[in-house]
Amino acid sequence: MSVPFYVSPEQIMRDKADFARKGIARGRSVIVMQYDAGIVFVAENPSRALHKISELYDRIGFAAVGKYNEFESLRVAGVRLADMRGYSYDRSDVTGRSLANAYAQTLGTIFTETNKPFEVEIVVAEVGEAPADDQLYRLMFDGSVADEHGFVAMGGQAEPITAGLQQDWRDGMSLTEAIRLAHRMLETHAGEAQRTLAASDLEVAILDRSRPRRTFQRVNTGRLATLLASDAPQATE
Amino acid sequence: MSGTTGLPEPYRAAGTSSFVDFLAALHPDRLPQPRHDASTAHLAPHGTTIVALRTADGVVMAGDRRATMGNLIAQHDIEKVFAADEYSVIGIAGTAGLAVELVRIFQVELEHYEKIEGLPLSLDGKANRLATMLRGNLGLAMQGLAVVPLFAGYDVARRTGRIFSYDVTGGRYEEHDFYAVGSGSTFARGSLKKLYRRSAETGAAVRTALEALYDAADDDSATGGPDMARGIFPVVAVADADGARILGDDEVSPMVTAMLAQRAQHPDGAVAENAGEAS
Repeated sequence: MSVPFYVSPEQIMRDKADFARKGIARGRSVIVMQYDAGIVFVAENPSRALHKISELYDRIGFAAVGKYNEFESLRVAGVRLADMRGYSYDRSDVTGRSLANAYAQTLGTIFTETNKPFEVEIVVAEVGEAPADDQLYRLMFDGSVADEHGFVAMGGQAEPITAGLQQDWRDGMSLTEAIRLAHRMLETHAGEAQRTLAASDLEVAILDRSRPRRTFQRVNTGRLATLLASDAPQATE
Repeated sequence: MSGTTGLPEPYRAAGTSSFVDFLAALHPDRLPQPRHDASTAHLAPHGTTIVALRTADGVVMAGDRRATMGNLIAQHDIEKVFAADEYSVIGIAGTAGLAVELVRIFQVELEHYEKIEGLPLSLDGKANRLATMLRGNLGLAMQGLAVVPLFAGYDVARRTGRIFSYDVTGGRYEEHDFYAVGSGSTFARGSLKKLYRRSAETGAAVRTALEALYDAADDDSATGGPDMARGIFPVVAVADADGARILGDDEVSPMVTAMLAQRAQHPDGAVAENAGEAS
């Protein structure tokens, strides 16, 4: 009788984590950051149909990197959970915190109980009444959660982008400034060489604090091109 | 649903983009189908008259504010006209409790589809969806707890306003110019027939809708007229290329005041211009 080769639990977890990390690093980056009037999501994503950024609820947005089918199933689950909760109780009872918790539990269970962990990283962002009430939850493939302030970069070249944002991000940027900063970070830290990213290579959406109910809005390519054009006025939007 | 315990398997399963179907599979008890029977019909407040008309820009819908329970007035300021989503509006006559629930789940249904699919339903798709949901209420309707919606919206693809009426069995009919539902609808439709102009812009069409509701309230005891003492005016919704919105009291109140001033001269409303004795 053959005895199964012993592998320590530490080794198993390490292998799974390495596997997930490699999968996530292969993709392109997504940046989520606060600006003066809300939260902006910027993803390098040439597809107009397969989104990396989405609306979960009135004031809550979702961004993900990694394997599309895996984060898509999580996104759909989040929309269902949010709508179920809002319908069963009240719209004001749907919070970013509860969604982040649900994702953390789910990712944690998948990581420990299945052979193949999800190769995804997620941000759940909730825009508050004031910038101080904004919440950014970053969820890792193993279910760990971090409550971030200001900005999050994930996927692809996340580390150099995070370092760059630490230097250049500041409180109270306008939407134009924030999008240009994210654009510059994605162009500069694209891996091997610097690249040029046109408006059509980016997927951008905002949670606009001032909108009455559903705050999520996509920034279409036309508007994005105007915002990125260097001679455009630095208008606060 | 108690506390947060992750996302159960059905939430992550691939499948329906419909919230109603998802709810029916997972929590059928939460669907708006309470176990009533005919004996409760007279206890439930009824909402009354809703009118809708197409305009040059889109559609206008308006509803009075009265709910009745037998010969009593159950509520003076009920709202029966709502924005269904970004480009459509819905008004409901009939059993108020069921109507409000139907509107609430219909709003979630449209938004849920849009979020899951990344695109809103077509206006026809929304109208059909409402018909299906209404069919689910047929059993109650047979027992006197009918809900009769009127659905209207701006069709982004065709760039025009459209109106859909329904019967209690879920039959869906497109109306080409105007329509009214509820107890005062006969009088409202008569009024609309005389005042309606297809080329009217939103402002003029809102006035026409207010006139129709006034005429309905004039002859139907279950329809409430504008209540100047309490400052209760009809709820008016507009859907056009800019989207759907409910007009504020600050917009409706001057139009109601102007209409009442004119009615003080002509209590029966507008007079036909070619009737000879018109002033």
